[in-house]
Amino acid sequence: MKHPENLVYSRSHEWVKFIDETTALIGITDYAQDALGDLVFVNLPEVGDEVTSGEPFGDVESVKAVSDIFSPVTGTVAQINEDLLDAPENLNEDPYGAWMIRVEHITDKEELLDAAAYIAFYESEEE
Amino acid sequence: MELKTPLYETHVQHKGKIVPFAGYLLPVQYGSGVIAEHMAVRTACGIFDVSHMGEILCEGRDAVKNLNFLLTNDYTVMADGQARYSPMCNESGGVVDDLIVYKVREDHYLIVVNAANKDKDFVWMKEHAFGEVSFTDISASVAQIALQGPKAEAILRKLVPDEMIPEKYYSCNFDGRIGGIRCMISRTGYTGEDGFEFYLAAEEAQRLWELLLETGKEEGVICCGLGARDTLRLEASMPLYGHEMTDDITPFEAGLGYFVRMDKGDFIGRAALEERGAPKQKRVGLRVTGRGIIREHCSVYADGKQIGVTTSGTHCPYLKAPLAMALVDCAYTEPGTQVEADVRGRRVEAEVVRLPFYKRGQ
Repeated sequence: MKHPENLVYSRSHEWVKFIDETTALIGITDYAQDALGDLVFVNLPEVGDEVTSGEPFGDVESVKAVSDIFSPVTGTVAQINEDLLDAPENLNEDPYGAWMIRVEHITDKEELLDAAAYIAFYESEEE
Repeated sequence: MELKTPLYETHVQHKGKIVPFAGYLLPVQYGSGVIAEHMAVRTACGIFDVSHMGEILCEGRDAVKNLNFLLTNDYTVMADGQARYSPMCNESGGVVDDLIVYKVREDHYLIVVNAANKDKDFVWMKEHAFGEVSFTDISASVAQIALQGPKAEAILRKLVPDEMIPEKYYSCNFDGRIGGIRCMISRTGYTGEDGFEFYLAAEEAQRLWELLLETGKEEGVICCGLGARDTLRLEASMPLYGHEMTDDITPFEAGLGYFVRMDKGDFIGRAALEERGAPKQKRVGLRVTGRGIIREHCSVYADGKQIGVTTSGTHCPYLKAPLAMALVDCAYTEPGTQVEADVRGRRVEAEVVRLPFYKRGQ
């Protein structure tokens, strides 16, 4: 399982890539996609929607279940990855290429983990 | 505390993702994932552990009379080795369970029931027994493996002489022997494909599993879990107890009228079914025309009012569409009827379609 060093991670299994101090791409981690299984549907917010740190901004569905995706930051949705609406399997195949939303005007964020700390976190959670 | 099937260690070795289900620890999927497993069964072959199912023997001079009283289908005329499906009703016409009865020989029958209902069924059968009959729960000593898909027969042919393979769907051979392993070979399944279910001694299960997997390598057989079992049966529109049928839903409402023989004489639930008359609601198929996936327990609307509720639903991998089954008011069962389902507060448009969604060879 891969968790790139240049990203930071939330305890709810999203990754965040800061483009600058107040702009970031958000997606789900390799660990998350593996745990969720084959994804067949994605629900994303609309451009202009506000997202809040610790609250769901969308959901993904596998054949078995629906799972909320939480925003690790507070800000405004600047762009959504529309490709995912027709190809949710991209989240499984390329979780770090398949960003879900780009958030700008970030005013707040939760405590995020680096790759090593994130791996240690989910491994401890599994025990 | 969940039980382990005789194949538990095998699932762990094959990297199955283990979850609790109906009191057992079973794999929901393996490494290849639910969609790949589903597609393997539609296009090649898949192997499933269904050892959690319950097996009950019904024996004695009055066995067939008891079956005919307990069950809605008619068991009077049946050949040895034949299998027959039936709902089992309660006094009010709702469903206690749905099951398959095999005729072993005169006065000897094998009943296969749902894992979650096994204890309830066993008590029910004994409570209603009359005359010379005995019911024996042999579930703990029996393993069950399903080999399903268009290549299932070709794989089996490599292992046994042709005459050992039951020719007809819903028939079985009680004297099967695969690689020296004694087993019952039944041509049945819960996937909508051709295939077999093998019943055998628990201690032989692991050996048969590995033998089938090894023999079917060329044909592309893969291990499949509960996830694919559920998507396959939904795509093939097969009802599942607790979803399309419950204590409160009658076989007529569930679209299982074919398996209720009102003319065969008295049986449990008959009077209530007669009294209820024509069903006011019926099981239909729904195909999503909007955006989203409609799952179970979603309210269904048409003409500005609620007309029913979904009983199962998900994205079906082979038909590549979100499909659902629902119990709706009889006025809205015509294919093409436009409806909406409430999916977590959002209305998703759907259309009534004819069942089954998928039928092999079509």
